[in-house]
Amino acid sequence: MPSDSALPHTTVPKPRLSQQTKRLTLLALLAVFAVGLFLTLGVPSGAWEFALSFRAGKLAGLILVAFAIAASTQLFHAATRNQILTPAIMGFDALYMMIQTLLVFGLGSMAMLDIDPMTKFAAETFVMMAFSTGLFLWLFTAKSRDLHLLVLVGIIFGTLFRSLSNFIARMIDPNEFVVVQGAMFARFNSVNIDLLWVAIALTALTLPVLWHMRHQFDVLALGRETAIGLGLHYRRVMLSAFAIIGLLVSVSTALVGPVTFFGLLVVHLAYRLLPGARFAPTLLASSLVAIVTLVGGQAIYEHVLGLQGTLSVVIDALGGITFLYLLLKGVRR
Amino acid sequence: MIEISNVSHNIDGAPILSDVSLTIPRGGITALIGPNGAGKSTLLSLIARLVRLQSGVITVDGADVTTTPTDTLARKLSILRQDNSVAARLTVADLVGFGRYPHHKGRPAPEDHALVDHALEMMGLTQLRDRFLDELSGGQRQRAYVAMVLAQDTDYVLLDEPLNNLDMKHAREMMERLKAAASQGKSFVIVVHDINFAAAYADLIVALKDGRVHSLGTPAEIVTRPKLGEVFDLDIVVETVGGHPLALHQIAPPPQTGT
Amino acid sequence: MKSPALHMLLALTSLVIMAALSLMIGASDMNLGAVIRGEGDDTLILLASRIPRTLAIILTGVSMAISGLIFQMLTRNKFVEPATAGTAESAGLGLLIAIAFFPAAPLLAKMSIAALCAIAGTLLFLRILDRLPPHEPLLVPLVGLMLGGVIGAVATFFAYQADLLQYLGIWTTGEFSGVLRGRYELLWITGILALIGYLYADQFSIMGMGRDVSITLGLDHRTVMWIGLIIVSVTTAVVVVTVGAIPFLGLIVPNIVSRIMGDNLRAAVPWAASLGAGALLLCDIIGRVIRQPYEIPIGTIFGVVGAAVFLYLLLGRQSHAVR
Repeated sequence: MPSDSALPHTTVPKPRLSQQTKRLTLLALLAVFAVGLFLTLGVPSGAWEFALSFRAGKLAGLILVAFAIAASTQLFHAATRNQILTPAIMGFDALYMMIQTLLVFGLGSMAMLDIDPMTKFAAETFVMMAFSTGLFLWLFTAKSRDLHLLVLVGIIFGTLFRSLSNFIARMIDPNEFVVVQGAMFARFNSVNIDLLWVAIALTALTLPVLWHMRHQFDVLALGRETAIGLGLHYRRVMLSAFAIIGLLVSVSTALVGPVTFFGLLVVHLAYRLLPGARFAPTLLASSLVAIVTLVGGQAIYEHVLGLQGTLSVVIDALGGITFLYLLLKGVRR
Repeated sequence: MIEISNVSHNIDGAPILSDVSLTIPRGGITALIGPNGAGKSTLLSLIARLVRLQSGVITVDGADVTTTPTDTLARKLSILRQDNSVAARLTVADLVGFGRYPHHKGRPAPEDHALVDHALEMMGLTQLRDRFLDELSGGQRQRAYVAMVLAQDTDYVLLDEPLNNLDMKHAREMMERLKAAASQGKSFVIVVHDINFAAAYADLIVALKDGRVHSLGTPAEIVTRPKLGEVFDLDIVVETVGGHPLALHQIAPPPQTGT
Repeated sequence: MKSPALHMLLALTSLVIMAALSLMIGASDMNLGAVIRGEGDDTLILLASRIPRTLAIILTGVSMAISGLIFQMLTRNKFVEPATAGTAESAGLGLLIAIAFFPAAPLLAKMSIAALCAIAGTLLFLRILDRLPPHEPLLVPLVGLMLGGVIGAVATFFAYQADLLQYLGIWTTGEFSGVLRGRYELLWITGILALIGYLYADQFSIMGMGRDVSITLGLDHRTVMWIGLIIVSVTTAVVVVTVGAIPFLGLIVPNIVSRIMGDNLRAAVPWAASLGAGALLLCDIIGRVIRQPYEIPIGTIFGVVGAAVFLYLLLGRQSHAVR
């Protein structure tokens, strides 16, 4: 099947560009609407000031998580040149939780309590970045490995990281069953506000880098040989990509916990909304889709349906169904 | 004898075959030729019941392919399709061995092993018998698939592009072996792109165009400049070498003088 | 592979040794002499707890490995197994439904509900596969993981609302510590199914070569598909209900066997069976020894050991890697 991806350097035809802008604008409006809903829905009269300041913090956390998941997933896709593996499926969130547990183990839980949570978070993030770049160096640079092998290895790594983190938790305290059980799904209604400022600062650091490197990521997505042929510093770009992925996964996991399919969902929705688009507009789209889903979903879930705690589960279910539907519809065409 | 009567076939509303009636005799090599999209592969798939008939009737030695039990047909007729992507990790001997399945249903007898060895021998694969398919070159794999079909030892063998991936030596050897088997009573129906193989080895050539039988006859009758011109929409010079017509389709004919 | 029979004999011997070890290890010390003399509690422990446990592990290992092998043949995809096709999640959801609506029903009835759900879920997966383009094999595990995610999410939501969260981990954390006489016998069903799978080995191998080849060879494609589907689904359901699923056992073991032995199931099934049982026995022994007197669930140990071994095989031997 010849597709236009085979000719990456043809100029983008005009109508598609305007359609792109149209769709991005629509998404942005939807996101603003979702934010409005989240801030105002079900606020009792007279409690506005308190509610707004309380909700603003949560909102910032959710938007941060939405961006972190969308960006890390999309970057991962570009870097590994596949659209199936995501950091979450590869168990990066489990890796982060394992690092958390190991730090507790290494420093002793007593010492840990005295450390400022922000310092601890920063340290964990740093270790995580080192880990993910190291993993990448080992896994993705040796040779150009074929995609089948990569996906298989990715799924297995997911199992390994999840089991290891479970294993270490039990080795440290066999009675600590609750920790493992509690971390089974993300809780969007209890964003970890303590870490918000560090998380915002860390995420903000990635933005200029992402913007500066956006064209390099486009080239990266053409594959290793082509990228090197086009004069890209392949290793350097890949290292940056994996460092950013490590950072963003740390941010989202620290704030809300593990989210399995959310990244895959929003990124694929973005691919379908902006077919053939470059890295930067796609990132904008996937972040907006993530914000609409997460913020809008939380608003409706918490304030309209009055349910607690399991939005991530509902997002996984509805998101998965949407995804399967899109996949099959796309295939039939 | 394979009898095809009034077969029409549509895929998503697009006609692939239109009212094809054709009799393929028993014994010998019948070659299907025609441009891309003429319906050759679809016709083979219909004969081999890989695709359900939409209208018309196909019988193989009197057995209707839609109503005859599939395992009975498997002892009468075998097919090798063009795109063979067996993802399973099998050795050459395993693959060819499964060609005997319709006969032994899981309990191979000594004669089954003998036939497998013979098929491997015929395709020059005896040295490679314990190699996995994914460790072979494209041409070696193609020979393994053909060996599997030969091991099935059916009266009728349908081959869609059996010369795919083969170098000149193996392509000629393959055709020689088919010819030898045909002279002992087997019937082969093959789709070939290189018209000269059809011209040199086929007993009957059937030319398809736009889902219809355009013409049929011996190589001498079909491989001629006017006939090929009609079937392929291409002016092809035909010479005669050693009693066989030879189509020089690679080169444009020299500019005509005198007219 | 100079002498397959000798290799098989070695494998079986090590299996027997591991099974014996598994019988000896446990929370309470056992005196072999006392058992032989028939004294005290030791015989009781052996009969009521140790033997059932070891049998349960072997049955689970054998049947899950063979299920994975069959499933991969049916779908012609090396990444498919009950945990990447929604089968395990469907069985788990079925069990939750059974617990919520028929709490008093016997285990066999609950298992039947789980089995029906597993069949339905797997059927859905296969239906979706039919509509995928054949030349994109990587879509298959993606669809399976997604479907499993959806079904798992439905189950989680249901469990959350019905206050059954403690049953949630059922399809991700296999545990044999609760296995006692009277609570594992259903697993013999999986043993029978595994045997049927072996009898149909040739048919499944042919299915692995694709629809066209199986029609050409005169195979009743639909029937064989259904037999495989039922073997895989019911096995998964029984395992989920009795001990909880061991994810990726059905992925890792068949892939290792396929790499070494190839996909002719007649030869591969015995190897998958012994490797599956051996791997589980080993992981169970590690889990019981490493943090005494506590026990670490076998699923966790298998996740670490199995994944590490598999990664080593995949990445360590590049010369024999997939094309």
